[in-house]
Amino acid sequence: MDFSLSETQRMLAETTDRLVRDRYGFEDRKKIIAGPDGFSRPMWATFAELGLTGLGIAEEHDGLGGTMADMAVVAETFGRALVVEPFMPTLVLGAGTLGRAGSAAQQAEILPQVAAGTCFLALAHGEPKSRYTLAHVETNATPDGGDFLLTGAKAVVLGGDAADHFLVSARTSGATSEVQGISLFLVPRTAPGLAIRAYPNIDGTRAADLRLDRVRVPASALLGQAGQALPTIAHAIDRAIAYLCAEAVGAMQALNALTLDYLKTRTQFGQPIGAFQVLQHRMVDMEVALEQARSMAILAGDRADDPNARARGRAISAAKVQIGRSGRMIGQSSVQMHGGIGITDEYAGGHYFKRLTLIDRTFGDADHHLARFADAAA
Amino acid sequence: MDLTYSDEERAFADEVRAFVQAELDPAVRDRVLNHKRLSKEDYLGWHRKLHAKGWVAPNWPTAYGGCSWNAVNRFIHEEVLAEEGAPPIVAFSINMIGPVLIAFGSDAQKHYYLPRILSGKDWWCQGFSEPGSGSDLASLRTKAVLDGDHWVVTGQKTWTTLAQHANLIFCLVRTDASVKKQEGISMLLIDMNSPGITVRPIITIDGEHEVNEVFFDDVRVPKDNIVGEPGKGWTYAKFLLSHERSGIARVGQAKRELRRLKEIAKAELVDGVPLIETRSFREKIAAVEIELMALELTNLRMIAAEKSGQAPGAEANMLKIKGSEVQQSLTELMMEAVGPYALPFDPDALEPGWNGEPIGPDYAAPLAGTYFNFRKVSIYGGSNEIQRNILSKSLLGL
Repeated sequence: MDFSLSETQRMLAETTDRLVRDRYGFEDRKKIIAGPDGFSRPMWATFAELGLTGLGIAEEHDGLGGTMADMAVVAETFGRALVVEPFMPTLVLGAGTLGRAGSAAQQAEILPQVAAGTCFLALAHGEPKSRYTLAHVETNATPDGGDFLLTGAKAVVLGGDAADHFLVSARTSGATSEVQGISLFLVPRTAPGLAIRAYPNIDGTRAADLRLDRVRVPASALLGQAGQALPTIAHAIDRAIAYLCAEAVGAMQALNALTLDYLKTRTQFGQPIGAFQVLQHRMVDMEVALEQARSMAILAGDRADDPNARARGRAISAAKVQIGRSGRMIGQSSVQMHGGIGITDEYAGGHYFKRLTLIDRTFGDADHHLARFADAAA
Repeated sequence: MDLTYSDEERAFADEVRAFVQAELDPAVRDRVLNHKRLSKEDYLGWHRKLHAKGWVAPNWPTAYGGCSWNAVNRFIHEEVLAEEGAPPIVAFSINMIGPVLIAFGSDAQKHYYLPRILSGKDWWCQGFSEPGSGSDLASLRTKAVLDGDHWVVTGQKTWTTLAQHANLIFCLVRTDASVKKQEGISMLLIDMNSPGITVRPIITIDGEHEVNEVFFDDVRVPKDNIVGEPGKGWTYAKFLLSHERSGIARVGQAKRELRRLKEIAKAELVDGVPLIETRSFREKIAAVEIELMALELTNLRMIAAEKSGQAPGAEANMLKIKGSEVQQSLTELMMEAVGPYALPFDPDALEPGWNGEPIGPDYAAPLAGTYFNFRKVSIYGGSNEIQRNILSKSLLGL
């Protein structure tokens, strides 16, 4: 048993920590969000220089390799700084999935570009009516000659505004919620028939809705076997959840630090408000919630690549429940203890609250994962 | 990062498990698992078996007959014993006064008392709380005045757990009323058979006799029965309360009770469907199970830090808060699981060897009582509010 960081992880932590301290302050972030892309391409280039865009990509494709636990170290720092660049969509959902399920040709074409920082990816899986049910896929893929024609709609595709390529799920057989029959296709942004409606999310990240109208892709665009993509997608999303858990821990830690600082400096009734026991106890509970969340984020990072899908899903869902509950408690308490300033746009606290709230809504909220955990346990 | 036990640690856990399974009296195990009453002999019989194996004092140095185990092995030992249904070790002797005597006792005290603790010859109880001194423990008023070769002790202690079994009590007493309240306290070792001591049972809301009031009426205690120096009792008490806290979350016990909860929820039917298959109850179990998973990992993080040489700090107070909440949730869900059979009160059914006709399912009788009894865990050992006060100062600097 050893909870200390590896040498690589310590280096990643130091590198990313220095980067966000120097270049990703709250004011820097405001400018980044207000820019034309809603994120910073120069910042992304710096990620690439530091090797971060090669994390989890095999060395033969110019990457650095690395586990989900390594990625989690970066996620935690990015959570502390509320980084908005589409790192998780591109590296975890995109490159991670291509690295596992993509053909040799797909990997050789795309992964070196991702590692070099010149290519963004996104997983287009959720649909207007799917909510958090992974098997719910209405978008269909019809064979046409040697090609497939993709038709349907994809909803709230994270990083979808920036993506150069999408991993699009579509049915090659089966009814809407059937486990079998889902396939994954690599679709370039420029494909005729693909309409992208990009938008900002309320937490400063970005997403897009896609409409596919007979989008033609060759058979070589298929990832893995036709009809067998659901386990690949489920694994990709479990890994993304592990990333989000670590990111949330970073955000919770930063928000607790802000709140504690406020308790010590804000004066009312002639004393720092941190002198009031009712606030002290609430702050202690926020620290306990953070530590419980940290424990479960560690578990999620550790289990994200467990080959036993059921055991993996159970651990990931348990972690997502804990992160959802801790994040909600910490976010709401922080705003309350700050008073009015906590809900102003100019103060960082509210932005952490928003990010934590949206993390709970991403890839299944606490209720969804509580049910998934309970089903796996029974 | 490695969240698994090493091969040696796993082998050790297997060894402990095999030992319990071979040595624990099945009747005693049955009483622990089913929340039945434990007799003094149930505790002591098991204590002697652990002693014979050399495992009764994992936290003591080997020089004093302990095991000198590191934090991880202590945790494994405690967890496996609890999971397998062993009665708890008498904590007041092994985890409280033992380490205090080892650290601060005279050679004569160590020589006399420590072997008697190990063998189970002595049963210690704790004389800290008083009717007027609960969370504000340092305000205690039981006083000891030196008269020749004796301290003369007058006052009252309360919430004294299992004093009815004890032949010795370690007491915090006021020996100097003229100084700051923490500085006028000393720790005395007192024979429970001394003239002037009266023990009166306190019956708790589950109908059980677990705690007592202890009255001291001019009790004469040999002068040498003081621990360390006069006026240092508060320091020793803080040492005692902070010592051996790696097991404070009671993860092993909670895992055992979770297993029990699931068994009961499988046996109970709602319109012919097992309770555990109804969505709302299943999710309640899942929620507490996830809390317990997080608690276990937080606990393991703490003992890993302790093993690598860091002193247990704020984490122990957190574990007390979370651990007690999890234990209370489990007892509440078990009571909830039996529905209307939470109502009947049948204390005879808890007695060892009782052979009567149970009211309702045989597992139902103790559950409501356990729920009521377990409200204690967020009160004793420094209430959860006191834990938050401590964390507020030590961790947050407020």
